[in-house]
Amino acid sequence: GQIISPVMELKMFLLVLGLLVGTGSPDMGSSQGKCSESLVQGPQTQENRTHTTHSKKPFPVLSFGYDYVRLPFEISLWVLLASLMKLGFHLMPRLSSIVPESCLLIVVGLLVGGLIKLVGEAPPVLESNIFFLYLLPPIILDAGYFLPIRQFTENLGTILMFAVVGTLWNAFFVGGLLYGVCQLEGHRLVTVDLLSCLLFGSIISAVDPVAVLAVFEEIHINELLHILVFGESLLNDAVTVVLYHLFEEFSSVGTITVTDVLLGIVCFLVVSLGGIVVGAIYGILAAFTSRFTSHTRVIEPLFVFLYSYMAYLSAEVFHLSGIMALIACGAVMRPYVEANISHKSHTTIKYFLKMWSSVSDTLIFIFLGVSTVAGPHEWNWIFVVATLIFCLVARVLGVVGLTFVINKFRIVKLTSKDQFIIAYGGLRGAIAFSLVYLLNTDHFPKRNMFLTAIITVIFFTVFVQGMTIRPLVDLLAVKKKQETKRSINEEIHTQFLDHLLTGIEDICGHYGHHHWKDKLNRFNKKYVKKCLIAGERSKEPQLIAFYHKMEMKQAIELVESGGGSKLPSAMPSTVSMQNIQPKKPPQDRALPQLSKAREEEIRKILRTNLQRTRQRLRSYNRHTLIADPYEDGWNEILIKRKKMKELEKKISQMNNYLTVPAPPPDSPTIARARLASDPQAWGLKSATESIPSIKVDLASPQSPESVNIVDEIGMKGSQPKVSEEGGGLTMKVPSPTKPRKDQTTDEDNDKEPQQRLMRCLSDPGPAAEEEDEDEPFLH
Amino acid sequence: MGLEQNEVSLEQIAILHNRFKQLSQNEETLRRDDLKTIQDLESNPIRYQIIEAFFDRRNFQKDGVGSVEEIGFEEFLTVMSYFRAPAHHITEEQREEIRRAKLRFLFNMHDTDNDGTITLEEYRHVVEELLSRSGALGRETAKGIADAAMLEVASISVGPMAPDEFYEGITFEHFLKILKGIEIETRMHIRFLNMDTAVFCKQHSV
Repeated sequence: GQIISPVMELKMFLLVLGLLVGTGSPDMGSSQGKCSESLVQGPQTQENRTHTTHSKKPFPVLSFGYDYVRLPFEISLWVLLASLMKLGFHLMPRLSSIVPESCLLIVVGLLVGGLIKLVGEAPPVLESNIFFLYLLPPIILDAGYFLPIRQFTENLGTILMFAVVGTLWNAFFVGGLLYGVCQLEGHRLVTVDLLSCLLFGSIISAVDPVAVLAVFEEIHINELLHILVFGESLLNDAVTVVLYHLFEEFSSVGTITVTDVLLGIVCFLVVSLGGIVVGAIYGILAAFTSRFTSHTRVIEPLFVFLYSYMAYLSAEVFHLSGIMALIACGAVMRPYVEANISHKSHTTIKYFLKMWSSVSDTLIFIFLGVSTVAGPHEWNWIFVVATLIFCLVARVLGVVGLTFVINKFRIVKLTSKDQFIIAYGGLRGAIAFSLVYLLNTDHFPKRNMFLTAIITVIFFTVFVQGMTIRPLVDLLAVKKKQETKRSINEEIHTQFLDHLLTGIEDICGHYGHHHWKDKLNRFNKKYVKKCLIAGERSKEPQLIAFYHKMEMKQAIELVESGGGSKLPSAMPSTVSMQNIQPKKPPQDRALPQLSKAREEEIRKILRTNLQRTRQRLRSYNRHTLIADPYEDGWNEILIKRKKMKELEKKISQMNNYLTVPAPPPDSPTIARARLASDPQAWGLKSATESIPSIKVDLASPQSPESVNIVDEIGMKGSQPKVSEEGGGLTMKVPSPTKPRKDQTTDEDNDKEPQQRLMRCLSDPGPAAEEEDEDEPFLH
Repeated sequence: MGLEQNEVSLEQIAILHNRFKQLSQNEETLRRDDLKTIQDLESNPIRYQIIEAFFDRRNFQKDGVGSVEEIGFEEFLTVMSYFRAPAHHITEEQREEIRRAKLRFLFNMHDTDNDGTITLEEYRHVVEELLSRSGALGRETAKGIADAAMLEVASISVGPMAPDEFYEGITFEHFLKILKGIEIETRMHIRFLNMDTAVFCKQHSV
């Protein structure tokens, strides 16, 4: 329970801590390692040992060989600690609702670092190599792959303004003012020259994507603000890279000329555009590769990860912006890869990315805490406080000033509430820390002071701003993220609007951004998709793709919730096809063509669950029941009937239904049902076009058994519900109009509503005389 | 501020007037064929509906019905005015009004027989047109998609229905409801058209 778990967590925590401290101290490990090695290699190194050449040692039953596994062991232990911490926080809901996860993790890091120091060892520091090469890419890839492209491109201008102009403003403001302060301060700080200050300013001014993600993920603000702050944190990487290299290069020289500034601007363009191009190239390669993976589905996710990582590394080779390369790669490859890979691969990619980014994120914050303890620090009150103040002031001024300019060009203006959140959400994080850590102490004698100042700013932003942003968001009543599912109507109208606006622009003769977007889409459809998407999916328009995705999702929901143990629930009629179909003569229904692969997938999903239930239902066909109504089946029928009564009561109280009208057309069950209910096959003059529908009640999930029933009985169109109602007790299939024979009134009562209800399922309730009762149920 | 708006709007109106003259070949009125000559519209799947919208009297804000054969510049401008962005400082009621007007425009585009509802047939037609560029695959799935959409509207607007009840079609109120999620007043605009036709009309009459 609640009381036990924190205690257990504490025990686990202490145990892991102890292990870490133990491994953290090298002496302990290696000395024992040496002993063990000599123990293991005893026989071979006999000649080296003076005292063991002649005596026979007893065979070591149990020996200790730690050095062998030391590195992977320590890494695993750290990751384990990080994950256990994460687990622990979520078991304490009170704590995790007040304090954001990042803060807790830093505190844990501080504790661990403190403990290690207490033992007398040097705590490990967050090496910049490890950070940039291993810890950062998963987080960025996760962000880039799942970037909401539509919102991102709609707000691109704003995001770029904040990222480029905002970061530049911050860098120079903070750097310049700090230089002024240093000069004014006098004896200790006067050695800090302008370039060092500017470099420091440029490092600390960049909003950090890791910190932003960590905090914003928990507060669920509306998508616009999220994409603005987050997009800014991603795109300012190019600016940071350029400024960092610029100032670092010239700090040794000491001066900067105008040419250098111009070169810097060129460098910025090269770095950012180059990064994007590199990412796009790898993205296209990945998309192209995924076209051929239909026979090796298992390694599909691997391609996604590898190509993205290679994009990052390749960009880093040329000192281009690795982050932008990663984002570009993920964003470019996603639409094509998702069209090509299987559903399972898609799930795998999603979960692996989330897992890795989560672990990375946790490790980063813990290591930040440990590194803080490790130092080395040089505390200077004036510098640190000045840095903090200038950072905050610069951020606020920058956001306000830029918004004033941006709002002239935006349709959806940014309100002052929005501006406040954007300014407040400018968190600094581990990237700044790592960049300072990379500084060479020879060129920057005050590096330790910088380090201290940066850590202070990071702590302030993560702790103070991170903790207070949630209550502030509630206080200011900032619009939160809408959790609504995207409906097919919205999708249709979004498409419709796009075409409408493009058309109006064409009529105006004005080539606005709808026109160009439309051109890009057409180019994409005509050439790019053909290359990069396998098979027929390349011709699938977006609306159909959306529709199939929705169907698939609902089919899966249906199967997963059905579970095989639920009864075939009598679904009360919500809206079904006959409610909306105008009364007209039956007509031919052309079965849509689905690609074989899709068909197979849907079929497989439905089949895996249906197989479980098929067994049970077999015993309820009319023939076995008729054969021996007093065997075990009879009791089960009674129990089932009782359960169904209860279910029905429950269902009638619920009022939230999701209808899935058009089932995957080619699934075997539905296809047969449709054929069965096809009026022409029956010779019915039924007015309504008979299209069976699956109704999924989210609250009381419909079991696949009902689908199965349609299958089992579908062929000759007998009433499906007969099976589970034990209709085998009578020879005649009950019809809604005729009174039932051999049935008690009790049965009649619960059958009546169910009959009507089930009619919706396999449509329509035919007159009983239509049915051919001699036809076998099952085939 | 007001003066700025007037100046900007006059310029925009002048541009549109030029365009109107260009399309109508310097005549006073515009016909459907004139709009059909626009090259870029060829690739638009819903071009016929768009063109029809210009000649639909319901969109002229004068409570007319039916369609006309030719329109003058005033009607042209009126239809264009549906694609303005809402001004920044407006009240909630004004925003709601603008929203209703724009959604009414969309509704009229779908409801071709002007019976106040979008029937299943009309909705199917809409989806078919949208997918008309996708060949056989589009036509067949269009029915399924339209049916799904209709069912969704019915279940959101009306809730559970008995099997013998019949959902006539999407009324304007239901239409408003299902498109609540899309911020129509800001989505449905052309950046070009940030002007005030009311100003123009006043000037025109003067």
